[in-house]
Amino acid sequence: MQFFLDNIDLFRDAFLNTLGLTLFAGVLALVLGTVLAGMRVSPIAPLRGLATVYVEIFRNTPLTVVFFFVIFGLPQIDTVVPFFTGAVIAVGTYTAAFVAEAIRSGINSVAPGQAEAARALGLTFSQTLTTVVLPQAFRTVVPPLGSVLIAMAKNTSIAAGFSISEVSSLLARLSNADPNDLLFILLGVVLAYMIITVPAAIALNRIEHRVAILR
Amino acid sequence: MTSAPTGEPLVRLTGVNKWFGDLHVLQDVDLTIDRGEVVVVIGPSGSGKSTLCRTINRLESIERGEITIDGTPLPAEGKELAALRSDVGMVFQSFNLFAHKTILENVMLGPVKVRGKSKAEAEKRARELLDRVGVGHQADKVPAQLSGGQQQRVAIARALAMDPKVMLFDEPTSALDPEMINEVLEVMVGLAKDGMTMVVVTHEMGFARRAANRVVFMDGGRIVESSDPETFFTSPTSDRAKDFLSKILNH
Repeated sequence: MQFFLDNIDLFRDAFLNTLGLTLFAGVLALVLGTVLAGMRVSPIAPLRGLATVYVEIFRNTPLTVVFFFVIFGLPQIDTVVPFFTGAVIAVGTYTAAFVAEAIRSGINSVAPGQAEAARALGLTFSQTLTTVVLPQAFRTVVPPLGSVLIAMAKNTSIAAGFSISEVSSLLARLSNADPNDLLFILLGVVLAYMIITVPAAIALNRIEHRVAILR
Repeated sequence: MTSAPTGEPLVRLTGVNKWFGDLHVLQDVDLTIDRGEVVVVIGPSGSGKSTLCRTINRLESIERGEITIDGTPLPAEGKELAALRSDVGMVFQSFNLFAHKTILENVMLGPVKVRGKSKAEAEKRARELLDRVGVGHQADKVPAQLSGGQQQRVAIARALAMDPKVMLFDEPTSALDPEMINEVLEVMVGLAKDGMTMVVVTHEMGFARRAANRVVFMDGGRIVESSDPETFFTSPTSDRAKDFLSKILNH
C-alpha cells in the first residue's frame, strides 16, 4: 500500500496520458468514422470502394500491427511522428473502422422514405446525409458506439508497448520494483481505467435517453 | 370544375421504358401533362402507376425514353437533378415527414437549405401554408404526435413551400384511416382549383370525378386509356378498363 502511495504521482501522470490518448483518439475515430460511413453509402462508386477497403483493412488488422506500422513503419518513408501522436493516430484510425460500421448500421436503420423525401425536396446527397439521415442514425447508434469507444479507451493500453507511460505500463514498471505491492498496483490500474470508462458509460446512457426518438 | 389547363406542355414523357430485373414495369409510355392540368392515374396494383409517378422526379431511373420538365430533360444525377427536383413537389403514401424535426421545421427545411431563403422568411411562409392545410396550431409538434391525415397535409405544405411547378401524389390517401381521407382530398381539390399542375396516383374515384381534367388508366406497364373523367367512368373503351371499373364501382 505504502509503495503504491509513494508512486501516486506516477499514477497521475500515466492516468493523464491514458485520458489524453482516449480523448484525442476518440475525436479522430468519430470524425473519420462518420466520414467513412458517409462514403460507404455515397452514390459515387470510387468513394464507396475506398471506404470499404479502409474498413476491411483496419478491422482485420490487430491494433498492435497498426501501432508497429505508425511508430516504426512510417519513419521508413521519412515520416517520423512523436510516440504520443503516433499512438493517437494508431488507435484513432483503427477505431474509425468500427465507428464507421456502427454508424452505417444506424444509417441503414433510418427508413428509406426519409432520404427519398429529402431528395424529392431537392437536397443534394451530402445535405440529405447531414440534415436528415445522420441525425436520425446517431440516435440508434449511441449504444453500439458507446461499446466501441469504451473498448477504444482500453485499447490505448497497447501504447504501453511503445514507450508511452500510460496506465497499463505502470503494471510492469511498478510490480518489478516491488512485487509485494502487486495487488494494490493492479487495483490502482483498474481504478484508473474505470475513472474514464464508467463516467463515459453513464454519459452515453444519458445521451441515449435524451436523443431517444419519438416514432 | 377545375380551372382549364393551358394546353402548354409542362411534363412530357416520351417512349419511357423501365425494367425491374426481368420485369418490364413501364412499356413505351408516352404522356404529356399540360401546365395547370390535373391528371389522375389509376389502375390495378402492379400496373406501374406508382413507378410512373416516381420516374417524373427520377426517384426511379428509366432505361429508355426521355422525360422533360418545362422543356428541360431530367438530369441523371448530381446538383442539376437536385435543382430540378426542387421544382417538382412530391407527396408520398407514407408521408415521410422528417421524424426528428418539428412540423414547422419540416416545412422550412427545403426553402432554407435548397432555396437559400432566410429562416424568418421561410418560417412566415411555412406558417401560412400550415394554416392553409389546417394544421397551423400543430407547428411545434413532431410528426409522430399527429394523425395520419394531419401528417399528410403537412407533407403537402412541405412540398408547396418549394413553389413547385408540378406536384406528384403517389397514393396520398392509401395509408390513411377512412375518416381521414377526405381532409386530405379537400386540400388536394383546393390545389387543383387554384390551378396547380398535378399528377395523382390514387384509388379515389370521387377525387378523379371532382378534380381531374384527365384520367389515365394503366395496366401491365402501359397506358391503356386516357380520357376526361366523365367519358372514362361512363363509357370506357378498353375491356381492361371496363373490367377494372366493374370491380371497384359495383359495391
